[in-house]
Amino acid sequence: MLRLENLILSHPGFSLTADFSVEPGQRIAIIGPSGAGKSSLLMAIAGFVTPASGCISWAGRDLGPLAPSQRPVSILFQDQNLFPHLTLAQNLGLALSPRLRLDPAQRQQVEQVLTRLGLDDLGARRPGELSGGQQGRAALGRVLLQNRPILLLDEPFAALGPALKNDLLDLVRDLTASSQTLTLLVSHDPADAKRFAQSTVLLADGQAVAPVDTQSLFANPPAALQRYLGT
Amino acid sequence: MANHPRPLNLSALLLSAVLAALVLGTALALALRADQFSLRAAEWAALRFTLHQAALSALLSSLLAIPLARALARRHFWGRGAIVTLLGAPFLLPIVVAVIGILAVYGRTGIVTQALSALHLPTPSIFGMQGVVLTNVFFNLPLCTRILLNGWQAIPSERFRLAQTLNLPTSARFRHLEWPMLRQTLPGAWVVVFLLCLTSFVVSLTFGGGPKATTLELAIYQALRFDFDLGRAALLACLQFTICALSVTLAARFVPLAGFGIGQDRALPSDRTSGLLLTLDTVIITLAVAFLMVPLIMVLQAGVAGFTSLPITLWQAAVRSTGMALTSALLAVSGALTLALAVAAHARAAALIEAAAMLPLAASGLVLGTGIFLILRPFTSPEALALPVTVLVNAAIALPITFRLLLPEARSLHADYARLAATLNLQGTAKLRWLTLPRLARPLGLGGGIAAAQSMGDLGVIALFAGDDTATLPLMISRLAGAYRMTEAAAASVLLVAISFSLFALFDRGGRYVAP
Repeated sequence: MLRLENLILSHPGFSLTADFSVEPGQRIAIIGPSGAGKSSLLMAIAGFVTPASGCISWAGRDLGPLAPSQRPVSILFQDQNLFPHLTLAQNLGLALSPRLRLDPAQRQQVEQVLTRLGLDDLGARRPGELSGGQQGRAALGRVLLQNRPILLLDEPFAALGPALKNDLLDLVRDLTASSQTLTLLVSHDPADAKRFAQSTVLLADGQAVAPVDTQSLFANPPAALQRYLGT
Repeated sequence: MANHPRPLNLSALLLSAVLAALVLGTALALALRADQFSLRAAEWAALRFTLHQAALSALLSSLLAIPLARALARRHFWGRGAIVTLLGAPFLLPIVVAVIGILAVYGRTGIVTQALSALHLPTPSIFGMQGVVLTNVFFNLPLCTRILLNGWQAIPSERFRLAQTLNLPTSARFRHLEWPMLRQTLPGAWVVVFLLCLTSFVVSLTFGGGPKATTLELAIYQALRFDFDLGRAALLACLQFTICALSVTLAARFVPLAGFGIGQDRALPSDRTSGLLLTLDTVIITLAVAFLMVPLIMVLQAGVAGFTSLPITLWQAAVRSTGMALTSALLAVSGALTLALAVAAHARAAALIEAAAMLPLAASGLVLGTGIFLILRPFTSPEALALPVTVLVNAAIALPITFRLLLPEARSLHADYARLAATLNLQGTAKLRWLTLPRLARPLGLGGGIAAAQSMGDLGVIALFAGDDTATLPLMISRLAGAYRMTEAAAASVLLVAISFSLFALFDRGGRYVAP
């Protein structure tokens, strides 16, 4: 269980409080206006932003003292998810061994993931030689190999256009379905939440509201969500 | 985003402390050793001459650069790219070689002097203020031209098109488009050249001398080598340090010290002006190319003839110099990288680390050398340490430029990939191997190339320390020229230039080859 306990994030001109917990295996959307702190919340869970107060824990263990790479977390950023000077195989290999010294079993693992994502023959290519969709899938391959129980998505496919984005979100859903991965998706697009997430966290007025079932949230939107949706 | 933990980078802090000790420690040693602080007439004269020649050289270089940069900015012609590249060459050219070339053109038996006397015209001597300023302009006119050319290219081309549609006369175009740009860039160009001319030791060693034309650095050298008056050398070095430090502070307000005019090369929209202006531009460009090329051609021509008969001692000096240049380039690059990465990652005390990286700019090689000379003298003979001290000082002097080249790239590397690297637990040598070195290969190569070429051609510290069997190639050339063995000097110069440019090309190409 991921627990945010009396969490307060703040920097000049911004503050966000959160106090809720979510179960493993869930798909949660985090929506809200820009500047509300969606990304900051994700970065705090990933270990890139230190909370002003409060505590983030996973399975009863405080994540506070852990460096980003020690947390049970993998993350896809808005961009720069692959090193452009390394091949796809090297990029994916880094997820298994930071020194890129892969044993045969790990090499095979990389091959399998590439095949699973439909990137069979592209292992020797660099990201710049691929289409945006292929790059998105390769980045996804990296987090699959990291194989952490929490997956954080910070609008990683937003630049790809709606059709490709939907394809990739469906792919994430399928790939994580069997592994009980808790997935948190940040988006400014309510359609993403409806398509992808069982429940949704709404960020409004400096507060992250505990997750609510997505269908009923949109069927019966509270005032803050109405304001955001412009309805 | 706020609330980032600020990492503690011990190696960067340690290196900063070493740089501070090197620059400020030697300054302190000099101040303690200077036995009197009242300036006598000779010191005043050296101070005045140093400032005077630097100011005049800077003024002439920046003023002459205006018509040249303007001509290059508005003309498209075959070979223009080559000329712009040529303008970058003096940055790598060993000063001692240029000095030999200048002598071959304007010296007592030089071609210009001979032509003048054949026409029964007066033949002014190259020695004294005129020779010092001429050589300084030779070196810094190209630099100023590149700085101004960048300025011209920074004027949005829409404005030139607007001026064309409005059919503005040339004078109005100058007033509204070009003068505002010049008013911004000229002071910077002047300050940069002024700064460089404060430390032109080799130039004053060759063309200066005597009570009327001795710079502070030349006076330091004479006090140490000939008079062995350590107190006086220390006092002069303190003076030199003070004016350099003041000028660097001044320069930092005017110019971003990065790049030194190494920039892009785009031509402005072509100008369909009168034939008169076209002729004028052609004359300006031709004169400038002749001014810059003829001395080099003279060296090359004289040198190739004597190349096969170079004595073995020169080849030995060449090997010694190359090894020294490679070592100090390696030191400068790894030092600059350590500091730039720490500053880019917002490490603790980043502002102090950045200041330490720029600190060597305030000291000239000769001042550092004098300080180290004074510190080491009680313990060992300076000759024994001539080579390591020269390597160390050259590395320190090259560090700020390399640091400036690396910093913006290190910043974007950090902004783009620090998080991804952190999630992958990429750190230490693995991070260096897979992320830092490949992403920064280009500026590392360029910085290393500049450091190697400058160290290869440097003649400063070594002149204070060297005995007979520790001479570097530039020092041998200077000694040959001093003994009027000009053919051998020219041949050795060709060798020196070939090695300097090869080292630069090796590093620069290497960096580009590795870079993605």
